[in-house]
Amino acid sequence: MLFGAEKTKENIVVRGARVLDPVAGIDALLDVRVDDGAIAALGTELDTNSHRVIEGEGLLLAPAFVDPHVHLRTPGREDEENIASGTAAAAAGGYCAILAMPNTDPVVDSAATLGSLIEAAHAEAEIPVGFLAAITKGQSGAELTEMAELAAAGAAGFTDDGMPVAAPGLMRRALQYGSVTGRRIALHCEETTLSRDGQMHEGAVSAELGFTGYPSVAESLMVERDLALAAYERQPLHLLHLSAWESVQALRRARAEGVEATGEVTPHHLCLTDEAIRSLDPNLKMNPPLRSGSDRTALIEGLKDGTITVIGTDHAPHARHEKDVPFEAAPFGVTGLETAFASLYTHLVDPGIIVLETLLERMSTGPARAYGLPEPRIAVGAQANLVLLDLNASYRITEETFRSRSVNSWLLGETVKGKVRATIAAGRLAFSA
Amino acid sequence: MADIRVMREDLRPPATPPRRHFISIKDITRDDIERLLATARTFERSLEREVKKLPTLKGRLVINVFYESSTRTSSSFELAAKRLSADTMSIKSSGSSVDKGESLKDTAITLGAYDPDVIVIRHPQIGAPQLVARVTEAHVVNAGDGKHQHPTQALLDLYTMREALGRLEGLHVAIVGDVLHSRVARSLIQALALVGAHVTLVGPPALLPREIEEMGCEATTEIGTIAGADVVYILRMQRERMQEGANYVPSLREYTTRWGVTPERLRPGQKVMHPGPMNRGVEIDPRVADHADALIETQVRAGLVTRMAVLYDLLTNGPIEVKTESVLEVA
Repeated sequence: MLFGAEKTKENIVVRGARVLDPVAGIDALLDVRVDDGAIAALGTELDTNSHRVIEGEGLLLAPAFVDPHVHLRTPGREDEENIASGTAAAAAGGYCAILAMPNTDPVVDSAATLGSLIEAAHAEAEIPVGFLAAITKGQSGAELTEMAELAAAGAAGFTDDGMPVAAPGLMRRALQYGSVTGRRIALHCEETTLSRDGQMHEGAVSAELGFTGYPSVAESLMVERDLALAAYERQPLHLLHLSAWESVQALRRARAEGVEATGEVTPHHLCLTDEAIRSLDPNLKMNPPLRSGSDRTALIEGLKDGTITVIGTDHAPHARHEKDVPFEAAPFGVTGLETAFASLYTHLVDPGIIVLETLLERMSTGPARAYGLPEPRIAVGAQANLVLLDLNASYRITEETFRSRSVNSWLLGETVKGKVRATIAAGRLAFSA
Repeated sequence: MADIRVMREDLRPPATPPRRHFISIKDITRDDIERLLATARTFERSLEREVKKLPTLKGRLVINVFYESSTRTSSSFELAAKRLSADTMSIKSSGSSVDKGESLKDTAITLGAYDPDVIVIRHPQIGAPQLVARVTEAHVVNAGDGKHQHPTQALLDLYTMREALGRLEGLHVAIVGDVLHSRVARSLIQALALVGAHVTLVGPPALLPREIEEMGCEATTEIGTIAGADVVYILRMQRERMQEGANYVPSLREYTTRWGVTPERLRPGQKVMHPGPMNRGVEIDPRVADHADALIETQVRAGLVTRMAVLYDLLTNGPIEVKTESVLEVA
């Protein structure tokens, strides 16, 4: 399900870092030796042989991150992102694997389109990348794609992200038929008759600024519907980019009742509220929108108690000229691959709102499990998927720092803490700084 | 030796102050409002003279850019600039490069190349004035951006209320109708809060934005409450902003029956205002519009002097008395 360029596996020793893998139960100052792309030894004062040595003193070595929600804009808008630039950005963000969304032009709804993407990934991907395929043809919400064939061709899962599957009858069929593929169905929950023309969260800020509101019930109503269908069909599903407290509550309840549902949240929904929109910065416009303080609190609570197990960036690159317009005219979406860890470390871990272990787990194991991908693990014998982090580095985010082809980041100009020093993905040093 | 001619102080354009804008009522203080209203009153007196032109902004360039149709606002800004002797240019979206798909940013940069002192902009999208302020060196005046703000309208409304009632502090103003789509209402609620007036919003449930009370006003669907107000401010039903099938109200007929302002719903002596253009027979009964207590025409006249005050204030950074002698000399 993951595809990348065939590159030489490396021999590396990371020396003297604090090695932290919350799932494996490791937290110690250790050397980690990678032989031919796999973790060969953990210990103190390991022999470096003739391996490449990365000094880890004062740094943190953790399982690399997995981003299950990336828009690579390929095919169709390669001016905004392509597989090479998107995976390079991911490597710089500490990711060892990403999943790309199928809402491209054309939509990834046939084995032929999927095949060409896999071929391109083999040629140019800096880190392994998987591709989700559409649930409905052309994401038009009318007819199912040939899901079994797509899965056989390598689809990592199915989603109409950007659009809901509006008709409940079709949603039910997707869950039923999806079961034969063994792949996860991921849903963008939005009742569009409630969110129509919505520019931002409906509340006191939208009332004052005059923006058409996108109420939280437009999301939670669809979340409730999809969870009800999943419960009825006894099928798993994944809920993309949750933003409303009612959605978190519904997911918590469904999981308690045994529904096999996973939930995702983005860095920007965890860090910001709709108050930020007062600046009218188009780089704060996204779907779902930033919501109120109580929504943000509920998302953080959900992340902490395990209701939400996945952090996905919803990295959505947009051309500069398309964002350099009044807020109302701007497209939805912000970038996130290169800033996810730093933003969350700065806004949540450093102030003591969540612990580092939770953040690391939700950015790595959580997303991998939701889609059945190999889990990055620090253990002898495991493929080397490692991120080396400098938790004390403080720096300002500017356009020049991005490897992505687009710079529509909500963090431009902000000073953050926590820097990725190196990323080892699938046994290869994919990034170092 | 050549004659050195020193320009007289009162003929010299005022020194360039730091760049300021007038984009949202949120950006200004009560002191700013008082100063602007006082300046407007000075200009009103100057307009009573036979020759109405003042030399104050001679040599300045004011560009009016209107992306939406407008009679009152565009004409009063143009006349305000002319009365202050500024050069003016008016750009409308139709017939300009906007028709050819030029972006707002590129249009603004193009106009900015003429070094305008002020760009007055009306645009259907929230945030357009901020964008113009970002990419040009001009002072930017918001003449209406989408449903967000229309700050000079709020200012002229305060001016009108004070002229008619002698005070602003403690006034009770009922704003009736389509608050949801109204930039006029948003600016006015904030401006009235700044000067210590009390606001009640009245309208159909779907046209009163959720949590609007957070702006410091009350909201009710009960039309009877307008009887308790000093001023009844009637908003236009903005049919052009309502999408097909949105069903904010079942029909205009039902709106009029339930929320139309009629003589029967008013108390004698209550002042009535409307930002125009009016839908007579919809939100406002013709008998109300034409009654002596309606200040609608006064609002239009106030629009001219308050916009003169805004242009003047932005370019001179503060009030000075208009010097009568020099005015007569140069005019």
